Amino acid sequence: MDVEIKLTKKRAFSEKLFHALFLSAGLFAVICVTAIIILIFTRGSRPFMPGNEYGTYHFFNFLTGTFWRPAFGEYGVGYMIIASLFATFGAMLLGVPIGILTAVFIAEVAPSWLAKIMQPTVELLAAIPSVLYGVFGFAVIVPMINNFTPNPTGYSLMAVILVLTIMVLPSIVAISVTSLRAVPTHYKEGSLALGASHIQTIFKVLIPGAKSGILTAVVLGVGRAIGETMAVILVAGNPESGVPTSIFDPVRLLTTNIVLEQGYATGLQAQMLFATVIVLFTFILAINLTLSKIRKKAVRI
Amino acid sequence: METKFKIQDLNLFYGDFQALHNITLDLYENKVTALIGPSGCGKSTFLRTLNRMNDLIDNVKITGKILLDGRKDIYEKMDVIGLRTRVGMVFQKPNPFPMSIYDNVAYGPRCQGLKDKKKLDEIVEEALRGAALWDEVKDKLNKSGMSLSGGQQQRLCIARAIAMAPEVILMDEPTSALDPIATQKVEQLMGKLKEKYTIIIVTHSMQQAARISDKTAFFLMGEVIEFGDTDKIFTNPDKKETEDYITGRFG
Repeated sequence: MDVEIKLTKKRAFSEKLFHALFLSAGLFAVICVTAIIILIFTRGSRPFMPGNEYGTYHFFNFLTGTFWRPAFGEYGVGYMIIASLFATFGAMLLGVPIGILTAVFIAEVAPSWLAKIMQPTVELLAAIPSVLYGVFGFAVIVPMINNFTPNPTGYSLMAVILVLTIMVLPSIVAISVTSLRAVPTHYKEGSLALGASHIQTIFKVLIPGAKSGILTAVVLGVGRAIGETMAVILVAGNPESGVPTSIFDPVRLLTTNIVLEQGYATGLQAQMLFATVIVLFTFILAINLTLSKIRKKAVRI
Repeated sequence: METKFKIQDLNLFYGDFQALHNITLDLYENKVTALIGPSGCGKSTFLRTLNRMNDLIDNVKITGKILLDGRKDIYEKMDVIGLRTRVGMVFQKPNPFPMSIYDNVAYGPRCQGLKDKKKLDEIVEEALRGAALWDEVKDKLNKSGMSLSGGQQQRLCIARAIAMAPEVILMDEPTSALDPIATQKVEQLMGKLKEKYTIIIVTHSMQQAARISDKTAFFLMGEVIEFGDTDKIFTNPDKKETEDYITGRFG
């Protein structure tokens, strides 16, 4: 009897211990996120508060300004917001169709031996450190654009879009393949049994059936594209001003702006970089909210 | 009695495993032929050779001949899409597409390139009437096919198949996922459908086979043990295995 009671007590203790362990592990992540949000918002909002030690900057001028010239005390991120949105949109415009078609090829069209080679190859793209994409863009894409750009150099929105397109492919392909394969076989069989061709079945039944997964993939791709830094910094050109009016114009993105100056910035300039992070963070937050909405909807179906 | 399918020495292999052995069989026009037998006897596999559904599976090898209308070899002389427009199929689990009732029925004709709205309307109505579903859904053709009950979904799938005006309808245990009342409705429907179509049905239920079919083929271990008039198979079978199965001694 005694032994049994002892064992029960010991078990109860270890149960509690592990509960505490799980809780603290979970809390760690939550605390980190909270700390980051607090840091960004307190530091980043300071330059817009009255009575700031380095002088108050107008928030509206910050959001819509088209000059980032710390030497002149000008901190406008408007042209970067536009550049970031254009770059993301452009990368999606190219990446989504290529990604979905690749996924369809892997999941449906390719013979299984080829699919078995292609899928890991595409997924390997995700494992390559982003700076390597930058180097590739710098060494290959920019010189290529040099050949036909009307501007003095190939550092441009176009180069950014091309690099980002390659970078968003793996997540779009991987998730789309999974969701295409998850479409129940009986839809496919039903369609083929009605005399639909393979291609008709793909476009009328399989892709619509995988819609929510593909949408998730697209939103994740948007997140990756807008947050990407190291790869694009090497090909963007990073000018101090200028709303891009052509695809050949050099651009400065929200992310690259932070990396370029955070290392040495002090005073108002350092604060303004934190304010840039707020803008970027707001975009990321919006993307994540969209994502969770899509997920909820997918669960309901 | 006209022969719809003439099957000669059909063998089917999944890799090294032989699933069908030397099947020779005539399936007759405007009759209901039931394929019965224990699980794994090859009856569904056989059914799926008739519209080449097995093409989807890797590693399947088929030898022998299946002649449609007694002359065209469906594996050598016909393209698979043409075959499937003539030989429709209804599956075990009702599988309407996640689209409206109308679009489900119009799916097949549209895939063949039919765009004329009026013609499509006619086909949809006629097919739904043919599947005894029209009165239940005529006011909600734009509702999702998935919103219907299981029995209605299965009749929608039958409507979808007959919208193609096929000559043959293959049914793979079409009532096994349905309740008794829905089953009864589908069975009644089959009696009506055989006036226009040749029906070949796989069923687990011997009572169902006895109720609805004119001809019955008894499958065992990938072979056809006995084939003949349903009445004869169920009352006075020639083979001992058939009798044992029918009387419930195994299966």
